[in-house]
Amino acid sequence: MSHRTLIRNGRLIDPANPTAHSDAPRDLLIEDGRIAAVGPHLSAADAEIIDAANLVVTPGLVDIHVHLREPGQAYKETIASGAAAAAAGGFTSVAAMPNTVPVNDTPEITRWIQAPERRAQVRVYPIAAATLGSMGESLADYEALCDAGAIAVSDDGKPILGDETMRAVLRAAAAVGLPVIQHAEDTRMTGGCSMNAGALAFRLGLRGMPVEAEAGIVARDIALLRELDDDRAHLHVAHLSTRKALDHVRVARKSGLHVTCEVTPHHFVLTEEAIGEFDTHAKMNPPLRAREDRDAMIEGLLDGTIDCIATDHAPHAAHEKEQEFERAPNGITGLETSLGLSLSVLYREHRMPLHKVFALLSTRPAAVLGLGGGTLAIGASADLLLLSPDTERPFRARESRSLSRNTPFDGWSLPGAVHLTLHAGRIVYGKLPLTGVQHGQQR
Amino acid sequence: MEDVPTRSLRQERPHLPQTRQRASQDGRSTLQNASTRPRSLLATSDLSLSDISSILHAASLLEKENPHQRAKRLATRRLALLFYESSTRTRTSFELAAKGLGADTTLVSALSSSIEKGESLKDTGLTLRALGAECIILRHPSSGAPYLLERVTGLPVLNAGDGMHAHPSQALLDLRTILHRLKPEDAGAPVDAGTLAGITVLITGDILHSRVARSNARLLPRLGARVIFCGPEALLPESAAGMNTGISIERDFTRAMRHAQVVMMLRIQKERLAGLELDLDRYIANYQLNAMRLREHAPRALVMHPGPMIRGLEITSDVADGPQSAIEEQVRHGLAIRTALILRALGELPEVAAA
Repeated sequence: MSHRTLIRNGRLIDPANPTAHSDAPRDLLIEDGRIAAVGPHLSAADAEIIDAANLVVTPGLVDIHVHLREPGQAYKETIASGAAAAAAGGFTSVAAMPNTVPVNDTPEITRWIQAPERRAQVRVYPIAAATLGSMGESLADYEALCDAGAIAVSDDGKPILGDETMRAVLRAAAAVGLPVIQHAEDTRMTGGCSMNAGALAFRLGLRGMPVEAEAGIVARDIALLRELDDDRAHLHVAHLSTRKALDHVRVARKSGLHVTCEVTPHHFVLTEEAIGEFDTHAKMNPPLRAREDRDAMIEGLLDGTIDCIATDHAPHAAHEKEQEFERAPNGITGLETSLGLSLSVLYREHRMPLHKVFALLSTRPAAVLGLGGGTLAIGASADLLLLSPDTERPFRARESRSLSRNTPFDGWSLPGAVHLTLHAGRIVYGKLPLTGVQHGQQR
Repeated sequence: MEDVPTRSLRQERPHLPQTRQRASQDGRSTLQNASTRPRSLLATSDLSLSDISSILHAASLLEKENPHQRAKRLATRRLALLFYESSTRTRTSFELAAKGLGADTTLVSALSSSIEKGESLKDTGLTLRALGAECIILRHPSSGAPYLLERVTGLPVLNAGDGMHAHPSQALLDLRTILHRLKPEDAGAPVDAGTLAGITVLITGDILHSRVARSNARLLPRLGARVIFCGPEALLPESAAGMNTGISIERDFTRAMRHAQVVMMLRIQKERLAGLELDLDRYIANYQLNAMRLREHAPRALVMHPGPMIRGLEITSDVADGPQSAIEEQVRHGLAIRTALILRALGELPEVAAA
């Protein structure tokens, strides 16, 4: 007998098809983990009823840049805890970066990450290493990694620095149809640096990373992509943070190159001033930039140049962040604050329509990496998010599902309270009471 | 109008808990509470102008006080000096200042402690607190370390130099030196935004890496001084001028000297010049303070140096030992200032009479 759930009276927003549903309440029927029907006044025999009155129903969010820390650093996060944090943040799919211990550069590790023993409640897609050990020298076996389930290659945490190596990476990845995700940082310019270069870095007595360290690598990668002249090649710029790099991407796209890019919420919300009195919760790579770069990120989201939002969720233990600023590791958590921050800045402040905000968080990241998700189409996996876009709640780090608490947003009042997250039709996060099972009744 | 301390950069996080003790926003309440609250000094921007006045006043009072009287002030109180970097001047003057007040002091240095075994700054601080330290005087190679120490221990911390960031007690003793030499008639009066009006302080040397340069640049313009930074691009980026109002950059040393009432030289490390591919002889030719340059371009200027000096590199012996030099006085003023800072840290600053 098939398992049915009826989500009733919600306001459906499908970013893949923004005009498909009116604002009027609609029902959505889930059958065996898939979206079976959508419409007003659906009835279904033996269905669990979920009352979505006054809630928005939209596809579960997709985060294409997270660090789940397994294998090897389970004290920061496990695949299970990271997936739980994702679900709490409204995400139903995440792509896990390979800078684990050891680095995910083999099919064995790629498969291990996806195994049911990891108890991930949401879909976890592995991104495999571009080079062995991410040492930037010899290429990993992309065909084998692809067969094992890898959906992209990256040496994230580090750049693929050498021209010859990057050329080879782009070529080999294109041959198997995998995107190359580049952490664009010219490490020859950033040694010993722990924040953005400029007057603030000087004042704080910290070495700063110039914007050129990012923009230069982006320009170089685009030139290599152009030189390769292969339609299958795809360069994706991870965690873009500077106006200069964004401009390179914009120009490249106009000339028809397949270049995409993502931005983190912290890079369009915060500036380097968030460092305040050496707060390591404002230390990440790429660093928080000056106001004009932060503003350029918002412009890029509004004008569509930036393809999607991705958190770069980077959990670290408390004792690691509680060190001298230069010594503390880079990164903050992001899965449970991304939706709220995106709604706060884009929807509230800049009046971006909800379907566009959701697109940046689901449909478009899924499209960038060729993943499923981000749609309410009939037959699609029932990966859903039920939320109140206008209800604000304070984000409390201590209630986070992540094992780590390294966030600068503790206490921030954020809109977009998540009520329920469903993955393949199963509730993976939620405080919404079920109103019972409907037995063969017409409404 | 009362100057307000330049608060660091909290605009975007107003909701975060304020765990630091801070100088009050307006001078008035600071005066009322001046002598009773324990206070860190992490950067000169922590201090209001009336805080600075209180410290200068206390320094003079304590300097003249009968040593037996002074030694009763902090009898049985415990202070720790935590020095991750070597130091002659700063460490010794803090130590003697504390002992002069009658306090028990202990010095923990990186090389002779569990810091060598990898013990964290946090744990070192908590250990000192558990041993009864009421205040920690910290010198550390990482910018911002004193803020972390204060946060995790809850104790008042005196920053004796953190990385390239700040050396606030140095800036205060430099201020005292300038006042005593150039404004002796104002001795004892509270300072205000016009106290150093008309005075230009020229700071020359490895400014990029200098916490002394930064602390003086933070402090002196608040009292009306102009600060000129001088040096080659590799040691002095253009972004340095953005540190504060009243700061300008000049690449020509002799031209800058002509405008200066104070010529402050900073140590140059030969290895650093080599690392930056700067020619030593050329540097000396362009930026060394020698007797001829001084006589020709700033014959009445006060010469200062935080020490340690490399005689023959950034400054010549005859200038360092000459009549315009206040280098030894700086060290004496350092002892007086640090005596006041320690008392202030423990909330025992002598009452200041309302100005």
